[in-house]
Amino acid sequence: MDTFSDFLTGNLEQFWHLTGFYNATWQHFVMLAVGLFFIYLAIKKNFEPMLLVPIGFGILIGNVPFNTTAGLEIGIYEQGSVLNILYNGVSAGWSPPLIFLGIGAMTDFSSLIANPKLMLIGAAAQFGIFGAYMVACALGFLPDQAGAIAIIGGADGPTAIFLSSKLAPNLMGAIAVSAYSYMALVPVIQPPIMKLLTTRKERLIKMKPARAVSQNEKIIFPIVGMLLTCFVVPSGLPLLGMLFFGNLLRECGVTTRLAKTASNALTDIVTILLGMTVGASTQATTFLTKETIFIFCLGFMAFIIASASGVCFVKLFNLVLPKSKKINPLIGNAGVSAVPMSARISNNLGLQYDPSNYLLMHAMGPNVSGVIGSAVAAGVLLGFLA
Amino acid sequence: MKKSLLLLLVGVMGCFSAAAQSRGGLRINEVMVSNTNSIVDDYGERGAWIELFNSTFGPLEISSVYLTTEKVEEGATPDKSKMYAVPLGDVNTRMPKRQHVIFWADGMPTRGTFHTNFTLQEGVDNYIAIYDADCKTLIDEIVIPADSIKPGQSFARIKDGEGGINNLKDWEVRNGLGNKYITPSSNNVIEDTNDKVDTFHDKDPHGFALTLMAMGIVFSALLILCLCFMLISKIGARINRINKMKSQGLAPKEVAREDRPDHDSGEVIAAIAMALHEHLDAHDTEKTILTINKVKKAYSPWSSKIYSMRQTPKR
Repeated sequence: MDTFSDFLTGNLEQFWHLTGFYNATWQHFVMLAVGLFFIYLAIKKNFEPMLLVPIGFGILIGNVPFNTTAGLEIGIYEQGSVLNILYNGVSAGWSPPLIFLGIGAMTDFSSLIANPKLMLIGAAAQFGIFGAYMVACALGFLPDQAGAIAIIGGADGPTAIFLSSKLAPNLMGAIAVSAYSYMALVPVIQPPIMKLLTTRKERLIKMKPARAVSQNEKIIFPIVGMLLTCFVVPSGLPLLGMLFFGNLLRECGVTTRLAKTASNALTDIVTILLGMTVGASTQATTFLTKETIFIFCLGFMAFIIASASGVCFVKLFNLVLPKSKKINPLIGNAGVSAVPMSARISNNLGLQYDPSNYLLMHAMGPNVSGVIGSAVAAGVLLGFLA
Repeated sequence: MKKSLLLLLVGVMGCFSAAAQSRGGLRINEVMVSNTNSIVDDYGERGAWIELFNSTFGPLEISSVYLTTEKVEEGATPDKSKMYAVPLGDVNTRMPKRQHVIFWADGMPTRGTFHTNFTLQEGVDNYIAIYDADCKTLIDEIVIPADSIKPGQSFARIKDGEGGINNLKDWEVRNGLGNKYITPSSNNVIEDTNDKVDTFHDKDPHGFALTLMAMGIVFSALLILCLCFMLISKIGARINRINKMKSQGLAPKEVAREDRPDHDSGEVIAAIAMALHEHLDAHDTEKTILTINKVKKAYSPWSSKIYSMRQTPKR
């Protein structure tokens, strides 16, 4: 009888040691709270629900405590586990280019083709990345880590994941969560900066409607765009190649089915996997560190610098433009590649000051050039530091 | 048809050249002729060894390449019997990127894939070459000088896989002392840090230079794209104008520059589309023909989807 009860208690004790209750630490509960907060923001506040729900739930999945020494093969970092297999898209870096394929298939570059000078706003906003790089260097991060953190300023989740997986894989979780969090908070972060840096007169500038763009131009754009940018920065090939390929599928008119799949089903699948696994990669033991706090602070700063440099560049640009071709500086913030949130913010703010001033299509120009610009910037950092 | 055949031919030639190039990254990386104190083979014997290195960043299948110590004169047909063909069917002949493999030059090919049918001779210059599967395309070659290498020393590339073919300037004698270590089956240069990162860390601690360069590159890339599309836009507008003039029966050269029609604005196009829509009596909702036809459908709640599936809640 004693032997049987020993057997029972022994097994139950062993089982107890495997449970989350036994293995939980306060860090796990902090991370679970973060995950719940993300889900709350997504569902109740409608902040980027497509991203924050998978990431938030991924954080919950990744922070359920378990005995890591039991060899259960369930953790995201345990080779051969299901989560580890799904995480391969992030760790090997093939998920972000697939997202870029979808972005390309969804994006209409007409506004940029109609007014190519808006591309320069997208370039100027990338100063957010390099400004943050300098600050990260000053804080003692090594150049490769600083580059991976600074890319948050590009406001582009897939690019941030792609670059950090190459330059600083140990910081990738924090960088990805930080990038997506700030992208979700674009409506909160950008308007005060835009108001601070512009005068009422500037906010009322009305821009001429863009000219109609022919289909031939739309077809030429992804081909020439890919060749030119990738010849300058070949290290940006995975992102830029897929972005422009997706756009060609959309614009050529003969691959409608492929474009639909790339922009809908494929993007949805990859977004689910990417969001969930990035969330799950933020395990308390590796995530709650001093570096993570620095990364969040630097990311926030990079966002502010990027938005401000876009707006300031437009103001400078206006000094050399004729009066009839002046650009409303409210579209400067859209130089970050948070598509189309930042363009919507430009539009909403423009409408606040003049209900007849629709800036959306004008802002889409710098917005999509921001996507190209951040991919080029990522390629440059990869070329210099990898 | 001719065009298709030509394209096919170009494609096939491309494939052949790609296949030929694929093994071009194989390099003789380190050689030990007199093995007195280095590694032993699977049979516990110390023999001469040749280390090959895959200098590419992709896997390389080396089966069916030829290793030889016989120099083939230009234009002459090589004697295959004096060459060692790396056998097919061994998984270890697939070299991962930037990895090494050791061949034992012991003249005993029956001992396995990595034992050659030739030996290296002490006291004389040893010529070693790798030929591709066609037995004609030289991949790499080197002459190991006898006078400068003592027993127990190896002759190795200064940096793994780097340098030209048969260029002694890229090679050095390794005696195992100091940083001249002998490294069979591992890197000749052991790198524990990223040179690029270290350089930036030392020479650009504040990140100013990188910022300057990177912003310059980003601006240049987008500026080139911008200029290119301004040009394309101008050409497009010009073609549109010419087409428009032709449709109006005007010869482009006869019309003064200021009288040439401009491209239609979005508003004009929208107005034309609306006029066409009205003119053609096009409908958003098509005219419907109501057909009443009795169709028998045996309804049962048991087969109804409505009762078995929950609707997605709408917020």
